[in-house]
Amino acid sequence: MRSIIKTFLLTELLGGLWVTWKKLWKPKFTVNYPEEKTPQSPRFRGLHALRRYPNGEERCIACKLCEAVCPAVCITIDSDVSQDGTRRTTRYDIDLFKCIYCGFCEEACPVDAIVLTRIHEYHMEHRGENIMSKDKLLAVGERYDALISADKAADSAYR
Amino acid sequence: MKNLLEQWTALPSYVRDTAWILVVTVVLILCVAFTTLWERKVIGWMQLRKGPNRVGSLPFGFLPGIFQPFADVIKLLIKEVVIPSAANKVLFRIAPMITLIPAFAIWAVVPLSPNMVLGNVNAGLLYVLALTSVGVYGVILAGWASNSKYAFLGAMRSAAQIVAYEIAMGFALVGVIMAAGSLNLGDIVKHQAGGALAWNWFWLFPLLVVYFISGVAETNRAPFDVAEGESEIVAGFHVEYSGIAFALFFLAEYANMILIAALTAVFFFGGWLSPLDGFIEPTDVPPALANIPVLGWAVTAFVGDGFQWLFLKIFAGIFMFLWFRATFPRYRYDQIMRLGWKILIPVTIVWIAVEGVMAYFKVGPWKMVG
Repeated sequence: MRSIIKTFLLTELLGGLWVTWKKLWKPKFTVNYPEEKTPQSPRFRGLHALRRYPNGEERCIACKLCEAVCPAVCITIDSDVSQDGTRRTTRYDIDLFKCIYCGFCEEACPVDAIVLTRIHEYHMEHRGENIMSKDKLLAVGERYDALISADKAADSAYR
Repeated sequence: MKNLLEQWTALPSYVRDTAWILVVTVVLILCVAFTTLWERKVIGWMQLRKGPNRVGSLPFGFLPGIFQPFADVIKLLIKEVVIPSAANKVLFRIAPMITLIPAFAIWAVVPLSPNMVLGNVNAGLLYVLALTSVGVYGVILAGWASNSKYAFLGAMRSAAQIVAYEIAMGFALVGVIMAAGSLNLGDIVKHQAGGALAWNWFWLFPLLVVYFISGVAETNRAPFDVAEGESEIVAGFHVEYSGIAFALFFLAEYANMILIAALTAVFFFGGWLSPLDGFIEPTDVPPALANIPVLGWAVTAFVGDGFQWLFLKIFAGIFMFLWFRATFPRYRYDQIMRLGWKILIPVTIVWIAVEGVMAYFKVGPWKMVG
């Protein structure tokens, strides 16, 4: 009997309405994205980059550990002996559509050559642009060298 | 000004009527457009979001997102209307119009202000009930003509639901007719004169609740939007519609929402009557205030009966629709049917009986005599 009265007086529905009515006047959590951005960690895993040593030499030694560890099998490496007798990559492709941005390649790399930068606002306009070839990865590394170094330094204490 | 007014009254009546119909229709379409925006805003606010605020704003950044509806309409107009190859092409095109036209045509009998109603029909309430029933045909035809099982299932669901709730709605209106002793919507409003407590909602409160719940179910709005079911039947009867044909269904849904809000205002909240009637009259406004140009006149006009009160009541009604959508989870289908047939209809019948008894013993403001 009591439950029938409760149902007919719609008390629970009114209670629900009261909740949303209160929320209507609360401050909103929305971040107006292009103008406002949420803070990013220096460990953020975004677009890939290949780094060079300060003297301009490529860091990558074609050990293929990243290729082996990659769970999405998105890295393809070919290597050869370079003119100075060291082992170097002739091809280093990352398929951005396959990549799951897990960061294992960065963890596996013994020379800190492949890194994931904090860049996440990028796009492709044509088919095939999802393959990041070696020169493109190196270009990203050169362009954002300061940013990558700063992030690495900020994170080094915890590694 | 006076000259213009004379020229206006000198025009043949069919020209004036057509002009008024155009005005009402265009204003209604604009209202529908801004209702979609208001809905997204209100639901956003209730979910602690800001809602759309990207498309345009008034000068100085007021009301960001105010042009969102126009962006949506332009997008829908540009998109292709895909007609399924096995669809019945004629019915497929006609169905959106059949749902849309009644939603607009009913406005002909809604009294907008004390002396402004497009068609002063004596059987106005019957006209309302008849036209709301026509809307179901659009739903069924749309679902059937699409030749898609999802659309068909959705159409069956909404049609059954609309038909079931129409009965509860009709019964709720019987109470209103008993109170007013007339089927003319203008007379129903005039009968409620005498301040906020003399309106029908006070004496017919259970009928108001039933009417509004049925109204929400009639328009297929949350929490009764079972025609929609993202996981099983997608968008219900209009899955196969795209572009502007889809927009027509959308328009009809929102036009129906505004209509139900307006009819609730007319039947239960005194339409264009001022709630201050009997408490503050236009003549009660102190002359010092009333004689201030524009502001004072506006206050005086606002206090009296008129369209502004109907507008506010419709606005409140629409807000209730949006509020429900932000609050309540969707009903299960069998629960909807149970609520309609086993709860709402008995409640209305009981209250009609109660009303009859009260009218017999002259309790309450009933017009119905013996």
